[in-house]
Amino acid sequence: MISLRRTFLVLAFLAFLAMSAIAVGLSVGSVEIPFADVMAGLFDSSAPGASVIRDLRLPRTLAAFACGGLLAMAGALMQVLLRNPLADPYILGISGGAGVGALLAIFFGLGVAGLNGFAFLGALLAILVVFGLAHGDGSWTQTRLLLTGVMVAAGCGALITLLLSIAPEERLRGMLFWLMGDFSQGVNPTFALVGLGAVGLLTAPLARDLNVLIRGNDAAKALGVSVRFVRVAVYLLASMATAISVTTAGSVGFVGLVIPHLTRMMVGNDQRVLLPTAMLAGGIFLVLADALARILIAPQQLPVGVVTALIGVPVFLYLLNRTRYQ
Amino acid sequence: MTMHQGKPLDRLSAIFRTDALDLRIGEVQVSRQLAFEVYPGEIVAILGRNGVGKSTLLSCLAGLPRGLLSGDILLGGKSYAQWGDRAAACWRGWLSQKQQDQFSATVLETVISGRHPHLNRWSWESAEDHALALASLAAVGMRDFADRDVQTLSGGERQRVAVATILTQNPTLYFMDEPLAHLDLNHQIEVLNLMKSRACQDRISCIMVLHEPGLAYRYCDSALLLYGEGEWMYGSAASVLTAENLSRLYGYPLVQIDRADDRGEMQRWFVPA
Repeated sequence: MISLRRTFLVLAFLAFLAMSAIAVGLSVGSVEIPFADVMAGLFDSSAPGASVIRDLRLPRTLAAFACGGLLAMAGALMQVLLRNPLADPYILGISGGAGVGALLAIFFGLGVAGLNGFAFLGALLAILVVFGLAHGDGSWTQTRLLLTGVMVAAGCGALITLLLSIAPEERLRGMLFWLMGDFSQGVNPTFALVGLGAVGLLTAPLARDLNVLIRGNDAAKALGVSVRFVRVAVYLLASMATAISVTTAGSVGFVGLVIPHLTRMMVGNDQRVLLPTAMLAGGIFLVLADALARILIAPQQLPVGVVTALIGVPVFLYLLNRTRYQ
Repeated sequence: MTMHQGKPLDRLSAIFRTDALDLRIGEVQVSRQLAFEVYPGEIVAILGRNGVGKSTLLSCLAGLPRGLLSGDILLGGKSYAQWGDRAAACWRGWLSQKQQDQFSATVLETVISGRHPHLNRWSWESAEDHALALASLAAVGMRDFADRDVQTLSGGERQRVAVATILTQNPTLYFMDEPLAHLDLNHQIEVLNLMKSRACQDRISCIMVLHEPGLAYRYCDSALLLYGEGEWMYGSAASVLTAENLSRLYGYPLVQIDRADDRGEMQRWFVPA
């Protein structure tokens, strides 16, 4: 069992790593800028390269950090909510809904604002549909929620395929990049950063309830958890986190599944420790993955979702093999 | 005397009361107009055939509603809705028949979750909470398992961890659904002795689903028999647990053997004829 003191040490260490990762994210890219100039550019708009740092790399790096944090938290929350270690933020069709919205926006040639608006609307629609349908007789069981979500996701998947097959050639690349998750298209980190703070703050008071909820709804209720309220709150928090991230960067895969598991291997499954740890680790992971996406085949850029999967899969399998983990 | 939230409980007033309770789940009528009271220090056994609704009834009594339910369930004079989830959880504990462990957790983490209702939202478990959890583990003989992963335990060990968890919750009224499931004979007696001594010393009360009428006679003060079709019988263990009633209950003729143990206490065993 992890003590409060060790929790602080782990979080402090991760916060330090996060700062370092952001510094790396600011320092790499197609234009080489020495680290001293990066720091200077950050604080002084007249420094050489300041516009690259402030207008391109900073928003992009912050967006990557916020989206990574949101996805990792959403994944950890979904795993508790569905009591299923295989759950990830996209399992209930939120990315599917956002994907349909985003592809429609690209299809009709709407700008960035239209794209983000459509994606967010699509995600909200998917959240509402799953929430409404899964309610059923009021029981709101895990299985019903899971099956409803998976069906909505499948339906969205079909619509996405339809849009891809009828889309004009020149729009196809943008669609594919969006679907894989991408930070190259002038992202604005504000929405994701505010979302990250809000979801983090709202989740914190529920963390110990989640520790009990993981042992079953009845067991949790017998231990004083207001199960219905907590489950609805967790569903909405995880869904909003996912929707915000998907709206900002498209459906970046893998962070939401792998990071909660990696952090669980490191700090155990106490949600009070796991959720903030996963948040920081997810942010670090996505910032570094995005940095790699920029330099691996520079001057061309890769969609960050490709990098997260290429790193995530082997790292996860390696850790799974050497840790005794069930 | 049981102290609860600073107030001494009156030994003579019931801690738990149910009245006019009708319960139906699916095609099964579990009870009709069920009424009984539980007093501090009392242990009640619920017996009946498989599928007659023992667990369903116990869950409803513990404030985890199922099926079609009407009637009064009063814990310390108030309904569960009036208590609210957290306050009710300081009063009553519920041991489920199956333990769910989809994620790995240590035995100590599992057991200390019993402190959940007693802690406010931002508190972490204190040194006393840890001590209580370890003492509960020691009470079921699992002290050395504190750092083990619950997913690696045997069925009986997992069951004893569940018992330790409810002991750590430290309620005034225990609802236990087959607390002896998966336990070997030695540990069955150990758990029953534990509950009996808590009932005598701390005046906790307990309602448990049991399958062994001999153990129910030996450890319980009263018994509730569920015959099916909503029919029930409630009374002192000595008056209710007879060969005649139990033969009808289980639909198989039983022979009753009364004998005094070495301390002169009467024991009553039932064997299939």
